[in-house]
Amino acid sequence: MGKIATWTRRGFIAAGGLVGGGLALGIAFAPNRLGIKGDDKALNTWVKITPDNRVTVLVPHCDMGQGSQTGLAMMLAEELDADWSLVGVQEAPALPAYANEYLVRGMLLGAAPPLILGRAVDDAVLGLTALMGLQITGGSASIRFTGELGMRTAGAAARAMLIQAAAARWGVSAGSCSAAQSMVRHAPSGRMLTFGAVAEDAALLPPPAAPALKPFAAWRIVGTSPPRFDVAAKVDGSARYAIDVVLPGMLYAAVAAAPVFGGKLLSVDSAAVEKMPGVHSVVRLDNAVAVLAAGYWQAQTALRALEPKFDDGGHGHVSSTEIDTAQSALLAKGAGSTDVKRGDAAAALAAAAHVVTADYAVPYLAHATLEPPNAVVHIVGDKCEIWTGVQDPLNARATAARAAGLPRENVTLHNCMVGGGFGRKIPDVMDFIEQAAKLGRAAAPRPVKLIWSREEDITHDYYRTAARARFQGGLNAHGQPVVWRADYTGEAGEQAAHLPYQIDNQLITGQKYANHVRTGAWRSVDHSQHGFFSESFVDELAAAAGKDAFQFRRDLLQAGSRQRAVLEMAAEKSGWGASLQAGCGRGIALTESFGSIVAEVAEVAVAPSGAVQVRRVTAVVDCGDLVHPDAATAQIEGGIMFGLAAALYGEITIENGAVTQRNFDTYRVARMVDAPAIAVYFIASHAPRGGIGEVGVPGIAPAIANAIHAACGVRMRKLPLRSVAMAAGPAPDQHASAL
Amino acid sequence: MAYDLAVNGQTHHVDADPATPLLWILREQLGLPGTKFGCGAGLCGACTVHLDGVATRSCQVPLGTVGTQQITTIEGLGTPAARHPVQKAWIDIQVPQCGYCQSGMIMAVAALLAHTAAPTDDQINTEITNICRCGTYPRVRRAIHALAQAGEATSHG
Repeated sequence: MGKIATWTRRGFIAAGGLVGGGLALGIAFAPNRLGIKGDDKALNTWVKITPDNRVTVLVPHCDMGQGSQTGLAMMLAEELDADWSLVGVQEAPALPAYANEYLVRGMLLGAAPPLILGRAVDDAVLGLTALMGLQITGGSASIRFTGELGMRTAGAAARAMLIQAAAARWGVSAGSCSAAQSMVRHAPSGRMLTFGAVAEDAALLPPPAAPALKPFAAWRIVGTSPPRFDVAAKVDGSARYAIDVVLPGMLYAAVAAAPVFGGKLLSVDSAAVEKMPGVHSVVRLDNAVAVLAAGYWQAQTALRALEPKFDDGGHGHVSSTEIDTAQSALLAKGAGSTDVKRGDAAAALAAAAHVVTADYAVPYLAHATLEPPNAVVHIVGDKCEIWTGVQDPLNARATAARAAGLPRENVTLHNCMVGGGFGRKIPDVMDFIEQAAKLGRAAAPRPVKLIWSREEDITHDYYRTAARARFQGGLNAHGQPVVWRADYTGEAGEQAAHLPYQIDNQLITGQKYANHVRTGAWRSVDHSQHGFFSESFVDELAAAAGKDAFQFRRDLLQAGSRQRAVLEMAAEKSGWGASLQAGCGRGIALTESFGSIVAEVAEVAVAPSGAVQVRRVTAVVDCGDLVHPDAATAQIEGGIMFGLAAALYGEITIENGAVTQRNFDTYRVARMVDAPAIAVYFIASHAPRGGIGEVGVPGIAPAIANAIHAACGVRMRKLPLRSVAMAAGPAPDQHASAL
Repeated sequence: MAYDLAVNGQTHHVDADPATPLLWILREQLGLPGTKFGCGAGLCGACTVHLDGVATRSCQVPLGTVGTQQITTIEGLGTPAARHPVQKAWIDIQVPQCGYCQSGMIMAVAALLAHTAAPTDDQINTEITNICRCGTYPRVRRAIHALAQAGEATSHG
């Protein structure tokens, strides 16, 4: 029978036996009880220890290559005192009903009938999972929340139970036993038992309510960099993404949605296309048309032969120029809703010895995950199975159920490896799942695989918003900043707009701007624009004060602060101040996001033609204690490349209400030739763990823009930076620091 | 139209429209999904395979033009039991992140190293034009240089 313990007010630990012997232990808790927004979120963690002494960790997060599945298993194994070579990982099926069924039938009981385990575990732990409306991988949260709260506690609880079981077998006190390398040891007698040997006994014990966690000094797995679990399959073509799923009798679908968001399908003449080879049918959706065919190329070819007529939802007049004008007009109206207010900004500006003003702008950006949106849907009767790769399988399942007109519990979702997320595959932006479910209905009882073309992806994303900001800064007679005034387009309260610097008078306001263009979260969310805005303007203040960009920032940070330590190390590691060739410059930026502090120094060369080449980037990161330093390094490298691509090239524009860019020829991203030498350093501060997946992004655009200014005196205030010549017009003026 | 394709050392009989891109023949008819669809326009390189040893974007190769060329896909480059040196280096340096581009990236690098054992950074930049949205480029470069060094050590040893 299963046992359960209340573990703090926010969660439960439950344990039970496995068929064939062994221990299964689970943690369930609801972040809403921790004050995290959203009332239907919960996370859970499971581990099983089988008689063969193997440890399997069930991770409730998808792996997009960020390494958090490996990292989370390491956190659990650390507290468990497991032998790492015996640890494996499985992604949890993140569906309330499916999770219940899977956990009870599949994981705990093999093929045996359910509920042998006992109602207590089912109701209390698995019942809690039924509260889950969301199970998301995003917000750089996996390690910080699931790891800190779930994995470590689960590992520690299992360890305590295994020790207690071994002690009982030997008739000694648990206190005289210890665990290491998946063995329990009784030092006085020299006796040892494997975890697997006592797992079945341990399953009969009540779980501890408050298992003790290891101190930092005792860690031996966390902080090392074993090979990630997901890598090997990614080098030989055996890794399986949703796009690779094949079912018997499967049809392939290509889709074209209304080019203007909000537009509807008016008409389409499909008679000729329906006769094309391999074509199964033409399906009309409310705002799109799709072709189902025997192969994807046939579907895509037939789709291109269609001439669907869409309306523009009344948005056909919208252009990027109009958006730019509207956003500028908003800022010209003056202050929006107050975000930060400190001191008296107006009085301080009036009294300042020197006032600096500047406007900045960033464009819409697409995610352009290399695996285009896709899903396989199979509807038979009132049951639906779906294969896809998303950052939130539960939301995807709910979306599919709604679109297919089925109750959620009739929908089974298999989450596959995710070929790039970056925010495109999170809740409420799952239009491709909705389409796939509707096409699944049309194809039923045959399965159908919907694959978006790259053109469909670039023109139907949920974009990082276009935004503008207007700054006023005041210096006193000593060149010290005394006031910081910022107005931005965007919902007030974007924490990303807040400053790490000590400036007495601050007024930061936001003005909401919205139109028909779909926007969504893009790796690092608001930080992606605010990092550029704020860290560019700090640089302008430093220039106006005639001070070194690093020293100016340093003087505004509290002595002994983590921020100052990060900034100083970045200056040291980048060789800040050392001379460079003519036409080259260094720029620095300090950003704080998702609980981590990052300083980046970019070294750029600006050619006489105006072409910008980023040669070297030095990043220093304080994200608290590292779990897997190599995976963390890779995430910072990747974040820098993602931000660099956007800084230099990324731009989505709107004409006649629709997106202009179509594929990688017009929506340019970074390639090998753009990749600078990147050096990443970490400061192990033992501060609470911060995120890692997104935090490398915000600082790179301002670091590059600041470096361009250092290299040639031109201040770039609009992204993408592309080329200095295009932005600056005539020959760069060495003293063109724009005040 | 019926064709005999030489893929990974075996002959496969396929019957399809000669205009069908090789990519979709490999993925949908021959059960070789390691070669990926990324852009359909020869821009991203996710679909890179070898045709007679030359790195080629299979989304731009109509079936009717393949003829007797030897096709090698990621599945034929090496196996878990006998990995190609590039695949080994990719594991050693933990290059992949999401992994979706890596089949194409590995095929492109394997072809580059086959004709240029120790490429310079400029040669790498010119020859490896595959897109990786996760930004694994620094590690790809590191892995290529590591392979070049190991190759040199072998030839001198």
